[in-house]
Amino acid sequence: MNRALLSNSIRFVFLVLLQVFILCNVNFLGYINPYLYILFIILLPINLSQTKVLFYSFLLGLCVDFFQDSGGVHASACLVIAYLRPVILRFSFGVTYDHQTLKFRSTDFGERFVYILFMVFIHHLVLFSLEIFNLDHILLILKKTLYSGIFTVLLIIFTMILFRKKAT
Amino acid sequence: MQEIVNFLIRYKNSIFFLLLLSLSIFFTVQSHSYHKSKFVNSANFVTGGLYDWANDMDSYLHLGEYNKRLLQENEHLRSLLFKKTANDSVSVKMDSASYDTPYTVYSAEVISNNYSKIDNYLLLNGGENDGIKGDLGVITSRGIVGIVEETSKNYTRVLSILNSNSAINVRLKKSKHYGTLVWNGENPNVVQLTYVPKIANIQNGDTVITGGKSFIFPEGIPVGIIHDFHLGTDKNYYDIEVQLFNDMTDIGYVYLIENNNKEELLNLDQKDE
Repeated sequence: MNRALLSNSIRFVFLVLLQVFILCNVNFLGYINPYLYILFIILLPINLSQTKVLFYSFLLGLCVDFFQDSGGVHASACLVIAYLRPVILRFSFGVTYDHQTLKFRSTDFGERFVYILFMVFIHHLVLFSLEIFNLDHILLILKKTLYSGIFTVLLIIFTMILFRKKAT
Repeated sequence: MQEIVNFLIRYKNSIFFLLLLSLSIFFTVQSHSYHKSKFVNSANFVTGGLYDWANDMDSYLHLGEYNKRLLQENEHLRSLLFKKTANDSVSVKMDSASYDTPYTVYSAEVISNNYSKIDNYLLLNGGENDGIKGDLGVITSRGIVGIVEETSKNYTRVLSILNSNSAINVRLKKSKHYGTLVWNGENPNVVQLTYVPKIANIQNGDTVITGGKSFIFPEGIPVGIIHDFHLGTDKNYYDIEVQLFNDMTDIGYVYLIENNNKEELLNLDQKDE
């Protein structure tokens, strides 16, 4: 357990710093940024209690908000996906999740892809709705969600492949 | 009682979620309103220090460019100086101690800049210890940047003109028609000028400068040039697109302007009411 805690803390700090110093300054085509830091929430251990998941996600979002001067935008978006995580997990992985025997490494790619897809797009939709905070710009919200979402999903899959542990 | 406790235990996660969510929504709403003291703010010791550190490494890459800008500005100032000495054949010597200028200028470096959101802020390394206070105007040698919103001991947060809360009084250089500068959140180098009356004679390429009606910016600071305009839906005011002189995506060093007579002016203003 201690080792998991350590690796998760390192991942937390690393992802926040990577996000605020590099990824938030990508501005591809003027406004498209990937939000890789939610990988932390995606990879949190499945048997972790829901209260802890909510608390860590809130903390993660708030850290990014402090750097980005965005109020509570990231914190809200992270909370929403943390709250919905059990539902999305059950939907994507089915029975294996209910038996608590699920391990990310051993799931097949399709199921993992669906899980990531839902987490990323829900996060981005909440994020941009709150960031823009104006229903007149609904088209801009959807546009940003779509483009940034694609960017994030690709980057998350790429990172997961890159840091894949050796099969044990 | 038992039932209440059971209820709380059963729904503790949802209650916890709603609690944290309302807290973060509160921060969000606060961040969207102008001039509220904000808790989530990058002008603090930790984030400011980290940005400062990252910027130290980054700034070496831009030294050449910043030098060039400084030279251009010096060139401009020198030419003004020569023009002035040529005009005053008998130069009037003034005692510098009694020469009370209405404006004080500070300088600072931008250590964090964002421009891809709807509400953008800049972070400067320089704060109360350097004399910077709230509501100072922020400019570069090329044009306006924004207004100071929050200060801490060593850092300052600036409300960029690329922010939906920003509304700055400006006017056309060639005629005294005033308008308000706002931003629609799209292109970081194009802002919108509204409330210029139909009667104003405007053309593409006209220069826009600050109006000096607010107590923040002195009159005549360059803003940008008009590159597109048409009548608004109400047919009384123009909707004007202004191309900024500043490249808002690459700012570097800025000047902060303090109006020394501001308190006096504000006092006078309040007496009216």
